[in-house]
Amino acid sequence: MIPELGHYALILALCITLVQVVLPIIGAARGDVRWMSVARPAAVGQFVFVAVAYACLTYAFITDDFSVAYVAQNSNSALPLIYRISGVWGAHEGSLLLWTLILSTWTLAVAVFSRTLTLAFVARVLGIMGFISVGFLLFMLLTSDPFSRLLPAALEGQDLNPLLQDPGLAIHPPMLYMGYVGFSVAFSFAMAALLGGQLDSAWARWSRPWTTVAWTFLTLGITLGSWWAYNELGWGGWWFWDPVENASFMPWLVGTALIHSLSVTEKRGAFKTWTVLLALFAFALSLLGTFLVRSGVLTSVHAFATDPARGMYVLIFLGIVVGGSLILYAWRAPRVRSTGDFKLLSRETLLLCNNIILVVAAASVLLGTLYPLILDALNLGKISVGPPYFSAIFIPLMVILLILLGIGPAARWKQNSGRWLFGRLLTSAVLSVLIAAGALLVLRERSSIMVLLSILLAAWVVVTTVINLYGRYSPELGLSRSIRRTPRGFFGMTMAHLGVAVFTLGVAFSGAFSTEQDVGLAPGQSYDLSGYQFRFEGVKQVPGPNYIASQASVQVLREGQLISTLSPQKRIYPVRQMAMTEAAVDVGMFRDLYVALGEDLGNGHWSFRLYYKPFVRWIWGGALFMVMGGILAASDRRYRLAVRREATANRYLPEGVS
Amino acid sequence: MTRRQRRMVLVLVLIGGVGIAAALTLEAFRNNLLYFISPSEVVAGKAPPGRAFRLGGMVEKGSVKRAKGSLKVQFVLTDFAHSVPVVYSGILPDLFREGQGVVTSGHMGPHGVFVATEVLAKHDAKYMPPEVADALKQAKRTTTSQVGAKP
Repeated sequence: MIPELGHYALILALCITLVQVVLPIIGAARGDVRWMSVARPAAVGQFVFVAVAYACLTYAFITDDFSVAYVAQNSNSALPLIYRISGVWGAHEGSLLLWTLILSTWTLAVAVFSRTLTLAFVARVLGIMGFISVGFLLFMLLTSDPFSRLLPAALEGQDLNPLLQDPGLAIHPPMLYMGYVGFSVAFSFAMAALLGGQLDSAWARWSRPWTTVAWTFLTLGITLGSWWAYNELGWGGWWFWDPVENASFMPWLVGTALIHSLSVTEKRGAFKTWTVLLALFAFALSLLGTFLVRSGVLTSVHAFATDPARGMYVLIFLGIVVGGSLILYAWRAPRVRSTGDFKLLSRETLLLCNNIILVVAAASVLLGTLYPLILDALNLGKISVGPPYFSAIFIPLMVILLILLGIGPAARWKQNSGRWLFGRLLTSAVLSVLIAAGALLVLRERSSIMVLLSILLAAWVVVTTVINLYGRYSPELGLSRSIRRTPRGFFGMTMAHLGVAVFTLGVAFSGAFSTEQDVGLAPGQSYDLSGYQFRFEGVKQVPGPNYIASQASVQVLREGQLISTLSPQKRIYPVRQMAMTEAAVDVGMFRDLYVALGEDLGNGHWSFRLYYKPFVRWIWGGALFMVMGGILAASDRRYRLAVRREATANRYLPEGVS
Repeated sequence: MTRRQRRMVLVLVLIGGVGIAAALTLEAFRNNLLYFISPSEVVAGKAPPGRAFRLGGMVEKGSVKRAKGSLKVQFVLTDFAHSVPVVYSGILPDLFREGQGVVTSGHMGPHGVFVATEVLAKHDAKYMPPEVADALKQAKRTTTSQVGAKP
């Protein structure tokens, strides 16, 4: 009964959403207030029914309703409760439902927090978001119904994919989807502005906090995914340039370009059409990411759904959304005039360079991800593009980006004299070179060009950022008033840019100084790795709720002192007959010690994979800095104040005029 | 400089930058492609000499041999028409099993033995790597057509 209710709720949600698309958009075009006013209640209705459907599916998971095919395929009566709740998005159908739920949540948020926008604009934004939602609801109802029944009902479920039974992965997809779907708001704002011909700095100011929030979630989602892969896949790496990782990284790169270009559009009125294009691409790449992951076209650890009909549907939908919005863009954009005039040496130009680098990076990831697929589809052979390709492209691009990152915030809008800018940056440049030279003295023969380069660049970013921060301090005002006078967005930027420096150091140091070794050990034997002694004590069998584990005990010593006892496991999940490595990590600020248990080699020997990973935490630490920066920037007071001021102004306009 | 000249400079810088980036990208791309090759193709001598490539197939039943207490392992990859022996030193992935599809990357060593530096098995027990599935289909087609051609 409950699953049928869920299915019915989805159909009702589809009907309401159709209303949410058609009436407000036509109403906005005709200036009909009653039709436009339908948008907000329809958005609420859509949210309620999608939420009901989602709750029904969760209920089926919690109560072990194995008569529902999706539950039978992805759950088991022995599965712990938390993984039953997260199991809802453990495979194709449920993750689509989650996608739709998040989309309707964002829609609801726009409906609620848009009291200050003109009604016509809200009607258009909600209509466009509704259109996307219709696409996903139809996709679910036509090709992948999560509620379809299994006759006769299964006695026992086939269990959740053991890889997904990890706390990191339980929260990774919702965060990632919050980011993906969040870009639909920026997209809808841009399209609504094009439709209404109202592409001004007020539009940019409305879009900014929403885009920043979406970007923050996406950053967090990717970070969690990376951290999960490190813990769960037992390879000790943090990024594999796997197509599915790339699928989430491309929208991030374009989204990062977007939040920078939005700042130019808001503050200077320049780059308007470019910003619209970026908003379009950020969302298109989010959709492409969904398509790549969900259609099963990829040779990847994530490709669990293989159904050509589904892939076809998403491809057509992607074509309609991207094609339609590009046509709208081609039709409307030429009428938009960018106002802000600027000279060659200005913050505008530097931000344009930032945008170009990020977009080129995204394009090269796109090439590396799609080219093998296209070649395969045309029967021209099967190839794969490995990490060396991506490193060869990213390292030079990021070097330029980091140099610019130091210059950009120091430069003024509109124009600079070259001499003034040079003078302003000279101290920072000298300081960073001194820091790099100091590092060379400390590291001596252990240093390499990459390590020194990363120290130099990180020092450059930190020094310039800190000097800019200090520039906000004015002795007349005193510290606390100086802080209050500085917008929160500035602190957000500072935080995120420092995060880039931390991240750079983490990547370079963990890359250069990590050591790893596959070894076979008998109980009592030990192996020395980078000054740490790993001693294998023995293996015992440990039962889990839905698995049986062989658990090794490994003592880690340094100069005879016991540092930690690690218990890596090899789990066997009997339902799926799958083995899983559960690595054990001794976490530290400056180094991780990582042990993964391999297999029984016979004679009591077991194989181990041992890693010493210095500074690997800094990679995620830097990303968390960026997340905090995003939160600070999105909560800047001036968005609320400015919006309120405009609202008062708008109140005197007749409704529907835009 | 007038506004027009400035814009020209900007556009030229843009075009130049994008051009250099494109050239570097394509160069990096060309150097880092890994071709996927099936056991039948290896036997037919289609493996690129001295270059890394990916070899995929089914792990032949009963072919996995490991010296006791050592990390060295050897096994045979087959597409049921031809097979290629593979050596690897290290820990095999969780889903590596006899009778299952795997993809390895590495290069050809002496005596027709493939030296793998990486072994990938897919993370779903039901799931067969698509390249391997295709290679098997291909090999089956050739064998049956050869059989059919015989009088």
